[in-house]
Amino acid sequence: MIESLTQNMITSDPWLILLVVVPLLSAPVCILLRSGTAAWSVATAVAWSVLAIALYLLNTVMESGTMIYRIGGWDAPWGIEYRLDAMGAFVVVIVAAIGAVVMPYAKQSVAAEIPAERHYLFYAMILLNLSGLLGIAVTGDAFNLFVFLEISSLSTYVLVSLGSDRRALTAAYRYLIMGTLGATFYIIGVGLMYQMTGSLNIADLATIMPAVAETRTILAAMAFLTVGISLKIALFPLHTWLPNAYTFAPSVVTIFIAATATKVAVYILLRIVFTVFGQVDIFDHFPIQPVMMGMAIAAMFLASLSAIWQENVKRMMAYSSVAQIGYMVLGVALATESGLTGSIVHLFNHAIMKGAAFMAIGAIVFATGAVTLKDLEGIGRRMPLTMAAFVVAGLSLIGVPLTVGFVSKWQLVSASLELNMWPLAALILLSSLLAIIYVWRIFEVAYLRQPHITEHGPKTVPLSMLIPTWILALAGIFFGANATLTLNIAHAAARQLMGGL
Amino acid sequence: MADFSDLFGLVTYWVAIVLMMIGFYVVIAQGNLIKKVVGLNIFQVSVFVFYISMGKIDGGSAPILDEAVKIYSNPLPHVLILTAIVVGVATTALALALVVRINRAYGTIEEDAIQAIEHDEEDLA
Amino acid sequence: MAFLSNFLTQADMIQLAVVLPLIGGLIVLWLGERNANLREAASLITAVAEFVLVAGLTPDVMAGARPSVDLFEMLPGLSLTLTLEPLGQLFALVASGLWIVNTVYSIGYMRGNNEHGQTRFYVCFTIAISSAIGIAYAGNLLTLFVFYEVLTLSTYPLVTHAGTVAARRGGRVYLGILMSTSIGLLFLGMLWTYNITGTLDFVQGGILTDKVHGPELAVLLFLYMYGIGKAAMMPIHRWLPAAMVAPTPVSALLHAVAVVKAGVFTVVKVIVYIFGLDLLVESSADDWLLLAACFTIIAASVVALRQDNLKRRLAYSTISQLSYVIMGAAILAPISVMGAAMHIAAHAFGKITLFFAAGSIYTAAHKTEVSQLDGIGKRMPWTMTAFAIGALSMIGLPPTAGFISKWYILSGAIETQNALAILVIVASTLLNAAYFLPIVYAAFFKEQKPRDETDPYSKYDNHGEAPVGVVLALSFTALGTLTLFFWPGVPLGLAKALVGG
Repeated sequence: MIESLTQNMITSDPWLILLVVVPLLSAPVCILLRSGTAAWSVATAVAWSVLAIALYLLNTVMESGTMIYRIGGWDAPWGIEYRLDAMGAFVVVIVAAIGAVVMPYAKQSVAAEIPAERHYLFYAMILLNLSGLLGIAVTGDAFNLFVFLEISSLSTYVLVSLGSDRRALTAAYRYLIMGTLGATFYIIGVGLMYQMTGSLNIADLATIMPAVAETRTILAAMAFLTVGISLKIALFPLHTWLPNAYTFAPSVVTIFIAATATKVAVYILLRIVFTVFGQVDIFDHFPIQPVMMGMAIAAMFLASLSAIWQENVKRMMAYSSVAQIGYMVLGVALATESGLTGSIVHLFNHAIMKGAAFMAIGAIVFATGAVTLKDLEGIGRRMPLTMAAFVVAGLSLIGVPLTVGFVSKWQLVSASLELNMWPLAALILLSSLLAIIYVWRIFEVAYLRQPHITEHGPKTVPLSMLIPTWILALAGIFFGANATLTLNIAHAAARQLMGGL
Repeated sequence: MADFSDLFGLVTYWVAIVLMMIGFYVVIAQGNLIKKVVGLNIFQVSVFVFYISMGKIDGGSAPILDEAVKIYSNPLPHVLILTAIVVGVATTALALALVVRINRAYGTIEEDAIQAIEHDEEDLA
Repeated sequence: MAFLSNFLTQADMIQLAVVLPLIGGLIVLWLGERNANLREAASLITAVAEFVLVAGLTPDVMAGARPSVDLFEMLPGLSLTLTLEPLGQLFALVASGLWIVNTVYSIGYMRGNNEHGQTRFYVCFTIAISSAIGIAYAGNLLTLFVFYEVLTLSTYPLVTHAGTVAARRGGRVYLGILMSTSIGLLFLGMLWTYNITGTLDFVQGGILTDKVHGPELAVLLFLYMYGIGKAAMMPIHRWLPAAMVAPTPVSALLHAVAVVKAGVFTVVKVIVYIFGLDLLVESSADDWLLLAACFTIIAASVVALRQDNLKRRLAYSTISQLSYVIMGAAILAPISVMGAAMHIAAHAFGKITLFFAAGSIYTAAHKTEVSQLDGIGKRMPWTMTAFAIGALSMIGLPPTAGFISKWYILSGAIETQNALAILVIVASTLLNAAYFLPIVYAAFFKEQKPRDETDPYSKYDNHGEAPVGVVLALSFTALGTLTLFFWPGVPLGLAKALVGG
């Protein structure tokens, strides 16, 4: 029997399971519907209801504590248990919010980029993806996590392959190979842990782990788990699938996966390091900290440097994402409450920043078909509203105060200073300076160059695309100027994680 | 002697490891896209072998309820592997579908050739 | 302004002082290219209203009140706060007062040169002024940092206004240096301060007493002083001459009103309210600062001597004069700090006159080099007389305002028996004379050299005075320079209150 390791648990709230079931069941509904518009309507309705459920769950968790749901009524560790704490609730809200904002955007964007006979398939896949990501965040069982991980990954491979350029196919294939390797490594790690502990339930593993942590089996498990998850996170040097996948996928797909997939993978890392191994002094037993920190710093610098030389804006933003992931993992590697707070709040902040940036780029693609810097010349004057949203996202990447990017930087540098890690603080700030270079390249081209003369000007960006873009851009300013709410949630989550459960 | 019985006792794990390495090597080293998928499958099979051999209990019978039997092998890994097999099948199906599409789009399924084509395209783009 | 206090509380007035320029900016944006005259009127009315508002707050500050307003909580425990105090009030008065003059000048200049993009120009001005007032009234370091960054970003479009390759390059240097120093150094210093003291409030006597000692203190001071890139201390001064590519009203704004003054204002504020004079006097952390400031004063003047381009010569003169303020603060005697504060006002009036004159010469005669200015005093008597007055203020001779501030700084140097400072003041006075007086002499006492026939601007050889708006503005500021000498009551009173009466 699992001991109650936390006070205040709510059991059997069905909304916890409905969160995953609703999108999961509506995917085949979309396939049955055949019509693109009908499928879109279903998808949007589902995405919005999921957001409502997610907000309700976050609220409940913040007020009353961890929520539990036992599938089939079977007690853990024999049955599969769903367990939602502050960290999970936060991730759920991030994923649901991005889903809710992307769906209205998708209508016109998908119509422009994907052939009409495939629309219903697209929406089915994106609902599966949503369901998978949410499932990862709410499940309390390690193997169940694998299942949802693969659900979300498989649907992502399909979504990426829907891109119009044929390179989308090879990008999807490569992503598939590397992603499956990652998931398989994860499952090997889980198997090794199961061998030593006899349990798959995350909370149960946490209690049993201290007894077996010294064995070679668990050391191997840790290694497999870390490498497997790092592949999914796109942590340098296992990031090579990401640039192509983001560049050649349809715009909506890039927006969605840039804002959610890697964040959920970081969540998995946090779960493993701080919950499963939470009661083991993990950084003493395994040499993860220097490795993770090294990889994170490498990601921050090398990816930012790669971004500077790109001509394709989507690819530039993709490398920027790899760098930002470095920041998230750095917070994890610091392994203090402040470090984790920085990492967790950056999950949220980056989702907003990158979501807004890719939405703006998607709108530009819709209007002009342009993605390279050459094509973007002078676009600031022809599409002022769209570019303005991109400017906000870009400033956020640099870390200008009053944007969300600043809040993440603040938290991470504070966390480094608390540990007296001066060089690290300097490195974090130095890599932000690199962001100025590539973001400013885009700004300069968009505003300070003369536009090409073409027969038709850019198509007008429909409101259904402009409004979601601006919702995310304004969210980037709102949560940057008023970061208390998000920082408090992140802090609560960090405290729970550091507490061991 | 103790060492040899350990060696033979652990033979399933050795098989799993060898399969894992073969599969992994094929995925990385082979240029043909279908062969990569095959390698991925071998890699996944090694995991299946590993899990199932984990489940076997010394002297245990198949996990089917019967009054006469006292010791059962662990049924849980079997369940897990069924799930993993399904996931593997889905992945393989998707991968092969992608390969078909790639073949249609590029006219080849050799990784080097495809990379060459993409490189030329990027230089012109 | 008693009648205003019938409608608005003091808190409202303070917030309005920051927000009013933005409201004006929105009106200007809305009016746009539709009605240029209404648009200029809107700019002017906003400027006047702003000055009236700021001036209305002066009596309270001089009486000893330090009213404070919390805007909103940005990070847990840290709000954006506005607090009135003497130095800030001084800067706000200078900024808002000279904004009126600059607007008049800009109207004349932009119309006289038939410039493009005038709406964007005026809107960016309003944002820049708003952030300057925000810096002036900042109640803690975070608020100051936020407005500081906004100032950099809002002046970037002004610097790159021309849109040419040279403008882009200048803009890159401008932005690159200012953002790298603020993110890389100032942000780090700010976070370090927060980490060790738990607060970022500006407090009389500083917040660092007993918290940091010895070499750490010197490093922290280094982070701040070189992090405040807008103070243009060598070697981070390059952005100033690079920004000369901007149109002259922008240079006047940058070099007299907003940007550079924000820089040295921040330097003095940090020294007085974060470190505290006593703390710096006790340790020798401040020695290197004095050396750096003295070096900048001399080196910049030497470079100025060798510049033929008038605006570049004025730019290097500015770099030199800014370090006067830094030196005055670095001497750490209350009377020299008074002089430093006073110099913020004195230099503002003097330099803006000089830049106005340079712009006037360009508009009327299309001349940019010092060597072309022979005999120009006869054709443009108003302009060159104003130039002469500005030059005298730079040199520090009565009856100009520059004399007063220099006198106080010198007194402080004598009081602390700082031989180096005294030497530097004397030497720089001579250098200033060396690069200003010859211009005045040549303008009035030499014959005009006609330009080559092949010179496209030779048709302007028979020019007269500049347009009315331009001449009006520069006459006003020249008069201001003289007035400040005879009636220095308000700025001197505020400076005195800064160092504690």
